[in-house]
Amino acid sequence: MIRRTWIALVSFVLLGATVFAQAPQGSPEGFVPMSSLPPGEELPAARFVVASYAFFLLLMLFYLWTIWNRLAKVEKDMHELERRQGVSR
Amino acid sequence: MRKLFVPVLALTALMFAYSPIAIANAPYESTMRLVQKIFYYHFPAWMALTVSVTVCTVASALYLFKGSARADRIAAAAAEVTVIFGLFGLVSGSLWGRKAWGVWWQWDARLTMAFLLELIFFGYILVRNYGGPGAEKLAAAMGIFGGATAPFVYKSVDWWRTVHPKTSVMTTLGQTSPEMWYVVWFCTFTILLFMGLLLAARVRLEEQRAALDQLYLAAED
Repeated sequence: MIRRTWIALVSFVLLGATVFAQAPQGSPEGFVPMSSLPPGEELPAARFVVASYAFFLLLMLFYLWTIWNRLAKVEKDMHELERRQGVSR
Repeated sequence: MRKLFVPVLALTALMFAYSPIAIANAPYESTMRLVQKIFYYHFPAWMALTVSVTVCTVASALYLFKGSARADRIAAAAAEVTVIFGLFGLVSGSLWGRKAWGVWWQWDARLTMAFLLELIFFGYILVRNYGGPGAEKLAAAMGIFGGATAPFVYKSVDWWRTVHPKTSVMTTLGQTSPEMWYVVWFCTFTILLFMGLLLAARVRLEEQRAALDQLYLAAED
């Protein structure tokens, strides 16, 4: 019984040691503040800003073009139908 | 409404032309520096999405419970505009996150819920286009469901632990940096005007489609 208790206690202490050994250093979430990074490891911000605004411009131009295209097609069909109705009368 | 279109278009064009100058002159945020400039279109895009989601939800409810065909056309237009602004919001957020968090995407509460909202409205468009007869009613139900999801997207940063900044950022920005606050609201107003123009153009397309259907029916008779 005493032997088993000793084994349990030693196991508990050893397990506790591994938990402490694996405790993360610094931030608990594993994130490193951007300000603490060396300049060589920082991503340049300008390309992300340019990409974001360029994407907005392209997306909106594309969407406007699709609306314009669909509207032109519907109006062409309307004129065609009205023309055919006029001919048949 | 049509009389207002051209003056609003001219005003929006002027505001869009001025917005890069306003953004460039806005002060830098102290921790994120240059990449924070994405915020000046990122936040307004989500505001525009909020308005278009609200329009889609109200119009869907009017169609579902009152049978208003015009409301159905407005809902269809608003759902498409929602998907466009949602797509920009997700992409611009991802670009910002890559620099600020070091990752393109994080499955946290705000980002995941925003992605689900985008999928719901994308689903709305798919149902309308490929759902066959009666798809408008199914789509309207999806529009209401999407509208019910939107408040959870907004409050997710306050209710759950996320990497995304909290909603309090905008409430405190007026005191901490009034210069940034004015530029954010200038861009928000610009993009809301633009969203209104897109919505009007898209509603016009739906109205012309309905008129064409009427012409086909009249021709068959």
